[in-house]
Amino acid sequence: MNRAGSNLLSRERLVKWLVSGPPFAFLALFFVVPFTIMVLASFRYPGEFGGLAPILSTDPQVLHGLTTETYRFFVSDTIYAEIFLKSIVIALLTSLICLVMAHPLALLMARSPKKRRDLMVLLVILPFASNFLIRVYAWMILLGPQAALNKLVNSALALAGVAQVHLLFSPFAVLVALVYVHLPFMILPLYTNLETHDPMLLDAAQDLGANAWQRFWRVTFPLSLPGIFSGAVLVFIPVLGIFAIPEILGGTGDMLVGNLIKDQFLATRDWPFGSTLSIILIIVVLLITWLTSRLGVGRRYV
Amino acid sequence: MSSAAQRRGYALWTASLAVYAFLYLPLAVVIAYSFNDSRLNAEWVGFTWHWYRVLLHDDDMIAAAGNSLFIALVSTFLSTVLGTMAGLAMHRYGMKVLGVLVLTPVAMPEILLGVSLLLFFLQVLNLTLGLVSIILAHITFSIGFVAVVVRARLASMDESMFEAARDLGATPWQTFRYVTFPLILPAVVAGALMAFTLSIDDFVITFFTAGVGVQTLPLRIYSMIKIAVTPEVNAISSLMILLTMTMILLASRFAPDALRGKL
Repeated sequence: MNRAGSNLLSRERLVKWLVSGPPFAFLALFFVVPFTIMVLASFRYPGEFGGLAPILSTDPQVLHGLTTETYRFFVSDTIYAEIFLKSIVIALLTSLICLVMAHPLALLMARSPKKRRDLMVLLVILPFASNFLIRVYAWMILLGPQAALNKLVNSALALAGVAQVHLLFSPFAVLVALVYVHLPFMILPLYTNLETHDPMLLDAAQDLGANAWQRFWRVTFPLSLPGIFSGAVLVFIPVLGIFAIPEILGGTGDMLVGNLIKDQFLATRDWPFGSTLSIILIIVVLLITWLTSRLGVGRRYV
Repeated sequence: MSSAAQRRGYALWTASLAVYAFLYLPLAVVIAYSFNDSRLNAEWVGFTWHWYRVLLHDDDMIAAAGNSLFIALVSTFLSTVLGTMAGLAMHRYGMKVLGVLVLTPVAMPEILLGVSLLLFFLQVLNLTLGLVSIILAHITFSIGFVAVVVRARLASMDESMFEAARDLGATPWQTFRYVTFPLILPAVVAGALMAFTLSIDDFVITFFTAGVGVQTLPLRIYSMIKIAVTPEVNAISSLMILLTMTMILLASRFAPDALRGKL
């Protein structure tokens, strides 16, 4: 290779590092390092006044070094596994309700003329872009004791002779807000999937004598499974980490994993245990993502 | 069309309109109550601007809004620069690791990024939590959104334009300045608008990285909701709903592709 060529090559390499270096360095420092620290922290002892105990210490009175104590603590009491399980069930339930609500709308969007489709997508995104807390707060008003919905439900219950209920500060309120906040995460991927369906398939099914019900369950629904799975992951994962919704709309017993982690870092200040819970949450998230991608791939050719 | 097909069409429309109602009704109620002349979010008493006047004289709220704006502007600028670079690098050099690095912070439950940064800032950097830590945290989760939009734009373009610039003797910087940048500008603007919206809206990650001294609008709203709900919350909420909706409408004008189905 001549000199000019090798110069060009080294310049190209320089440009490559100049372009990719800064974002790389930033994310390494503020994402990879913090996560590594958190993994390490889960194997450390809690400090005397919160925080972390030193790894190295010459004072034999001071707890130091690495330990699997926090992981043993996690399995020592079933309450923690129960909270994880409850969060997973609630996340699944949220995904399922989102799916039932999203499917008809996504289907209508996909079958609308091109121009109207963009408008319908925008109309889904607009409320979704409003602040998360505001959207949760809205349900405080809607489900409050003075609200029409609460009065309606309770007068119906009174007619049936059943005890009155509070909608606010209940698991019901938590679930409604979870669905409300995450619904667009299901609508959009589902729509993206349904949009690619070939209408000829439905015509073919009809010619072969399939009625509307069969056409939906035998053609549209199986083909939309990849969209359903990606939507379900997008709903499921954030729900697992949420703490604000149970705190604002839930009762005292409606704690989820997110609340547990938040309390370890900010209230009890047991950082090693908080880190352990976070690591377990990451493992659960990875497992579920992997499982869903396996399922999604397996079903693609139905 | 058979009447059965027509009935199914109506059913689909009804279900869809119900979902839209579900999406908009809560926000409409918040906005309506911000004009209600009553301390309670209960019965409609009468129209008033009172809660907006209260808002104007709430110094804590104004300070929080100032913080939010400052954080959003700085973090938007930096994450747009870094995100554009990441988008270019991912497209040009097909860097898989960078792609993963850029997207993972967004794909995880937010709380994990929040607590790991809290740990990092306090334990390793020994930083006093405040504006700086919030800005750094916001950049971390915004880079990915900018990178994805920029890369999508680059992927949709004809590679031969960049080759032509090179063949005509343009340096990499000239190619970027006069060819690439003008072409990706709509995506950069859309990415910046997204980063700005995300930053001004963020509650969870800010909650963990703010410390005690600094409040942002979402943090202030959170403490108001938790302690005592007054219709002032409705007023600030309505203003924020208006602001983010405007931002999204602007973004949809600049880069309609960015909003088309994938967010």
